[in-house]
Amino acid sequence: MSLRKDNKSRESSQEPNQKEDVILETQKLTKKFGGLIAVNNFDLKVKREEISALIGPNGAGKTTVFNVVTGIYPADGGKIIFKGENLNGCKPHEVATKGIARTFQNIRLFSKMTCLENVMSGQHCRCSAGTWSSIFRTLKQREEERRTMKVAESRLNQVGLWEYRDMLAKNIPYGSQRMLEIARALATNPDLLILDEPSSGLNEEESENLMKFLKALLKERLPILLIEHDMNVVMGVSDWITVMDEGKKIAEGLPKEIYNNPLVIEAYLGKEEEE
Amino acid sequence: MMKKNKILKKAGILIVVAIALCIFPFVASTYLVDVAFFFGIYALLGLSLNIVLGEVGLFDLGHAAFYAVGAYTTAILNTRLGIPIFVLLPVSGLTAAGFAWLVCSPVIHLRGDYLCIVTIGLGEIVRIALLNDPGGLTGGPNGVFGIDRPTLGGPLVIDTSIGFYFLIWIVVGLSIFGLVRLQNSRIGRAWNCIREDEVAAEATGINVRSLKLLCFILGAGLAGLAGNIYASKMMCVSPESFTFMDSCMYFCIVLLGGMGSIPGAVIGAAAIGLFPEIFRSLAKYRMLFFGAAMVAMMYFRPAGLWPRKRGGSGVK
Amino acid sequence: MLTFVQQLINGLTIGSFYALIALGYSLVYGVMKLINFAHGDLFTLGCYIGYTLLVWVSAFLTSLFGIWGCLAVGMIVSAIGVGGAGILMERVAYRPIYPAGRLPAVVSALGVSIFLENFIMVVWGPRYLAYRSSFIPTAYWQIGSFRITILQVVILVLSFLLMGLLYYIIEKTTFGAAIRASSFDRDTAALMGIDINKIIFFIFSVGPALGGATGVMVGMYYRQISFTMGWVYGLRAFTATIIGGIGNIPGAMIGGIILGILEMLGAGYISAAWKDVFVFIVLILVLIFRPTGLIGEKKAEKV
Repeated sequence: MSLRKDNKSRESSQEPNQKEDVILETQKLTKKFGGLIAVNNFDLKVKREEISALIGPNGAGKTTVFNVVTGIYPADGGKIIFKGENLNGCKPHEVATKGIARTFQNIRLFSKMTCLENVMSGQHCRCSAGTWSSIFRTLKQREEERRTMKVAESRLNQVGLWEYRDMLAKNIPYGSQRMLEIARALATNPDLLILDEPSSGLNEEESENLMKFLKALLKERLPILLIEHDMNVVMGVSDWITVMDEGKKIAEGLPKEIYNNPLVIEAYLGKEEEE
Repeated sequence: MMKKNKILKKAGILIVVAIALCIFPFVASTYLVDVAFFFGIYALLGLSLNIVLGEVGLFDLGHAAFYAVGAYTTAILNTRLGIPIFVLLPVSGLTAAGFAWLVCSPVIHLRGDYLCIVTIGLGEIVRIALLNDPGGLTGGPNGVFGIDRPTLGGPLVIDTSIGFYFLIWIVVGLSIFGLVRLQNSRIGRAWNCIREDEVAAEATGINVRSLKLLCFILGAGLAGLAGNIYASKMMCVSPESFTFMDSCMYFCIVLLGGMGSIPGAVIGAAAIGLFPEIFRSLAKYRMLFFGAAMVAMMYFRPAGLWPRKRGGSGVK
Repeated sequence: MLTFVQQLINGLTIGSFYALIALGYSLVYGVMKLINFAHGDLFTLGCYIGYTLLVWVSAFLTSLFGIWGCLAVGMIVSAIGVGGAGILMERVAYRPIYPAGRLPAVVSALGVSIFLENFIMVVWGPRYLAYRSSFIPTAYWQIGSFRITILQVVILVLSFLLMGLLYYIIEKTTFGAAIRASSFDRDTAALMGIDINKIIFFIFSVGPALGGATGVMVGMYYRQISFTMGWVYGLRAFTATIIGGIGNIPGAMIGGIILGILEMLGAGYISAAWKDVFVFIVLILVLIFRPTGLIGEKKAEKV
């Protein structure tokens, strides 16, 4: 709870009333797979200058929410509003270009490319050089390449992977791969970063570093939405927590409120059998 | 300093290769020059398929169709309308590219083996269409005869083996120049990203669909150029040069050379194109050995003869 | 109507050929995720083994088993021979290369295909050969105004028996469950104690064996055989596999039948020369609207 930076931060779980505060919002978001309703009328709000966490038991539909928001699956109902703009029907690359960058639960890197190339790919959507300007190396193309390189180098430095820049992504340690994926997402110059279980598979020290890193990102005024299972991480970094179970929102609030919420405890531990 | 030395070394090798290529036709027999010409055609086809298969990882087993479209465009427009071959060079490239855009647009979303069978299907559709002589244009199984030689205006006609040798290798050289630059650009990197992980590429902001289409369009365009040069060299084209088996050979060129490797595509072309010539003495056992050699190659060098090197092996 | 029924019968016959060959592709693809490009040439090998038996030792075989017996022996020997060749191929050309990845295996498969095709050419010669017509039953039934030959009936019955048997093994037996488990996830199946080597042995022997037996049937049906026919049949059967949904056993059967019928209807109603174009256009349309084939499970990629 150390991240309160200004007076606007919430003191209680009241609805945010300033519209411009909200960067991403889903309204009655619904996604079905056959007969299974994976996400059911789900409302989510992510505020600027906050780290929000989406938690819930396995199979609650958290990753599906991410996949719908980032355009990988089309929504079956509801709205996704990002920076006041409707994202429904956008393809994943359009979503990324509009400013939502993400990572994946099971790391998805370009494994046979170097770490630097992985991060450089993030700048793709911020450049426009086409086939001919690439072949003839026009001034604009060279300028873009220089900028791509600069951004990639600084992002790689930021996550502390500079020394791995020329190694293939598949050959670096697991923890570093997670960070590399974040660096790639950051290289798209996002307005919102979505992380799917960023600490899974990390040891305690790496988790600690991740938390520090996320808090540092917030200082750059980059809001973050994350799915996380590690309660230490969730409680340590989040400003706002949304809890979901069986596709529905069951609670939301400040970490301390969520921590003591009986509904949440029930969702995680199951209801005690009544005799 | 190190980097400068490396560049100098590379430039040195390039100059030596270029000089050797220039001297070669004047010291070799006409037969060898012809072999080198077909090696060049294979190299161009290998390079063109390398864009689709090597850089983007799309299984294209119908590449001969694009080659055929280029060759027949040249053949028909030249014999019917008398348009000069050199004018038709870009026309053939563009027609093949346009054809690729037209036929690939609706199927580009298919994955892996499903796209593969569609390309096989397209290859067969084109071949059968050529065989069936639609509108009396393609001449059926006999093909189109009497294609002109390329003229540079006036008495300057390319009609010798040496002339064609230079023509094809200049086109190959220019293609390599362009492809190397593409490889080291935003486009090339994005292509590789798609090959490595389509979903991640898309989520990183790469327009997978349009870049996949682009690779087909460029690959087909280069194959179309090869078709133009081939048609004017042979002075005739017929459907039997564009079979499924031919597409398989181009496929093998890329994989034998090394996926996504530009020198690899040329080396692979040498392996596939020159092998049957070198082992002519084996007579009817030749292709038997060829098949066995392909298996053996994949056993000893599964990544290809000249795989593309990326980055360093260790921490720098 | 007349053409329709007649073409339907003919289409069903060649469709069952495609289906039997397609099963070989599908079995191997299901477990190994490899398009066995050499499968078409294994089928050709079957044609030629059958040819040799029926030409060279037919007198002896006929005296022992009669004409039908002789044909049966031809098919069985051919199936065994081609099954053996399949095993050999897997050991020599796939197993050592498989660890290097999928693509080298594809090249290796193409290499085997070229090797086999030329092997057949070297052994049996490059010219067309013909199954001896004295061996082939020519009786037919005239029903109304269309006819069905006894050979077609035998082929259909036999094909459906073989397909039914394979279907039974795959879907109803424990071993079949093991195969299905392996095609779902080979590594996990191995961890669960499934003997993958046994399964590989099965798919690389039964698939080609079916192809070999089909080779003899095709030889009897069309008489003429050539060393390059493997490409044509292989391509059709592979197309059938895709129409049905690759790696899917019932899909391969249905795909084969559909393809055969389409081809014959295309030949009957459009033109014989354009029938393959018709088939491929249908294939492409199927894939545009159902990207994983008609029966292919709708597997959303896990993200």
